[in-house]
Amino acid sequence: MARYVRRPFQGAGRATALLAAGVAVLLSSVLTVGLLWALLAALALWSWAWAWGVAVVAPVAAAPLLSRIQRQRFRLLSGVGIAVPEGLAERPGLRGMVPWLRSAAGRRQLRYHFLAGPLIVLGGALMLACWVVGAAAATVYLWIWVTSTHWRADNPGYTAKAAYLTVAGVALLYGAGWFAKALARVDTAAARTLLGPSREEQLARRVTDLADSRASVIDAADAERRRIERDLHDGAQQRLVALAVNLGLAKVTLGDLSDEARAVIDDAHREAKEAITELGNLVRGLHPAVLEDRGLDAALSGIAARLPIPVRVAVDLPHRPLPTIEAVAYFVVSEALTNVVKHARATRAEVTVEQIGGTLLVVVTDDGVGGAELSAALGAEPGAETGAVSQGTGLAGLAKRVASVDGTLSCHSPVGGPTVITVELPCAP
Amino acid sequence: MRAVIAEDSVLLRVGVVKVLEAAGFEVCAEVGDAAGLLAAVDEHRPDIAVTDVRMPPGFSDEGVRAALLIRSQHPETAVLLLSQYVEERYAADLLSANTAGVGYLLKQRVADVEEFAEAARRVAAGGTALDPQVVAQLLVRRHSDPLDRLTPREREVLELMAGGRSNAGIAAELVVSDGAVSKHINNIFAKLDLPKADADHRRVLAVLRFLGVAGQ
Repeated sequence: MARYVRRPFQGAGRATALLAAGVAVLLSSVLTVGLLWALLAALALWSWAWAWGVAVVAPVAAAPLLSRIQRQRFRLLSGVGIAVPEGLAERPGLRGMVPWLRSAAGRRQLRYHFLAGPLIVLGGALMLACWVVGAAAATVYLWIWVTSTHWRADNPGYTAKAAYLTVAGVALLYGAGWFAKALARVDTAAARTLLGPSREEQLARRVTDLADSRASVIDAADAERRRIERDLHDGAQQRLVALAVNLGLAKVTLGDLSDEARAVIDDAHREAKEAITELGNLVRGLHPAVLEDRGLDAALSGIAARLPIPVRVAVDLPHRPLPTIEAVAYFVVSEALTNVVKHARATRAEVTVEQIGGTLLVVVTDDGVGGAELSAALGAEPGAETGAVSQGTGLAGLAKRVASVDGTLSCHSPVGGPTVITVELPCAP
Repeated sequence: MRAVIAEDSVLLRVGVVKVLEAAGFEVCAEVGDAAGLLAAVDEHRPDIAVTDVRMPPGFSDEGVRAALLIRSQHPETAVLLLSQYVEERYAADLLSANTAGVGYLLKQRVADVEEFAEAARRVAAGGTALDPQVVAQLLVRRHSDPLDRLTPREREVLELMAGGRSNAGIAAELVVSDGAVSKHINNIFAKLDLPKADADHRRVLAVLRFLGVAGQ
């Protein structure tokens, strides 16, 4: 029960304080300007026209100050932080005033101070009146008691009238609570739109923030791959090689072994060497050391050398791209060539990497059967009757990885071949 | 034969020492960086220096630079480079300076104890040993040139020649007769337009042309 009685008033105090502060700000502004005007007019220092001029110019000139005061009001009384719009000086000074007023953001501030603000303050004043009148009416019996007994004697039937008044007063209080909260919401919304950054600015800032955070996530993932590569290289790989060497030595030096023992050592030796190869493949898939040390040219030649078909690699770069871009380019070529070997039935392939302006252009070509499709990533089966093949999942993964650094991947692969995969990555010119 | 070893990973260094000792080498010094290697070679004048490519302090190509210095200052010392991955430029650097007494192998080859010992002996005796992967990678850069005229089999033979094998070694590897190998090699010489000088010189020229370190 108490909950229903109290609920309309919850938060009304804060809203009222916010609006009351708004009323106070406007009142004191008007008073200041009025005083200034009266002073100048009374002194008749200049003409009346000058005094009027001051009355108009002063509030406009004070707009940046008013904006600061209003932002403080919202921060302190409703906990809403309103950011200063991008490129708008908080304290423009005398010289900065003209650009301040000319900017779209500056004009929006004026609209709050001279249009939306005063209207809301009018509402605020009405709300304050509601509180006062409501409180007075709701407590009318109290007032009757403190009046003289003569009045009560002269006005018989006051008890019934006072009951109506009390009910009306309570209703007015409830109404004031609701009104205060609604008006505070309107005020906050208006201040956010007019005093803060515009929607475009907010979106632009959001895009910048997201781009930054995405870049740092990608860089972090990249750094993590490199760290794992180093750890594996310094730890497990060295140990495995040492183990394989020892087993190899055992094979050679232990002459008087039974056939079973020899077979066991042979197996262990072979397993150790296979483990080295597998670990090497894993590390190459993560982030090969040769890429970090020697760059794309050496790393891509390394991939090409391990493939069963001849691959020509031509890398022509004036300087090394950023590590993240290098890693994406390496990954793309590696995956594309794996696809070529798996699906394309190609007899040869070619990889070219060059820089054109601010773009790193990677082209992978093969003379296979073609029919590779980016959209095949969505699970479409390869067209069996045409002999086309699906490089789908691989290509879609590549496209995603490329898109993560704002690059583009396109695939031209008519049925019957040849297939050309073109990747453009951003890089500093 | 005497050897000096430079390798910063202690585990692997111990392994290499054991393999070389088992193969009959006398290991006079084992060090962890390029400066130590140069000092050890100066002091011991070994038959072979086995060195890692990436070593402190820079972890880039210290081993290659040290190897080139050793080849120019101590021609009697052969150099065998061990590398985690293939970098054909290192091989080209080494081979353009000198084709005799150099080797370039992946570290994991040490595990094939007998083959590794064989390669080390060959290099120490003034021969060549190139990792099959180095050879494969050198082929990648081939643009259109006389090498394209070779048949796959001839290419295989040439790869093995580049790896430092003799005719008998190639025949054993490919499981063909010595005569077949000679025929392939003559075809290679013909297709690469090599002059009919003495056979060994033509062999070196063919390998150099194959590796792309000598002018066409």
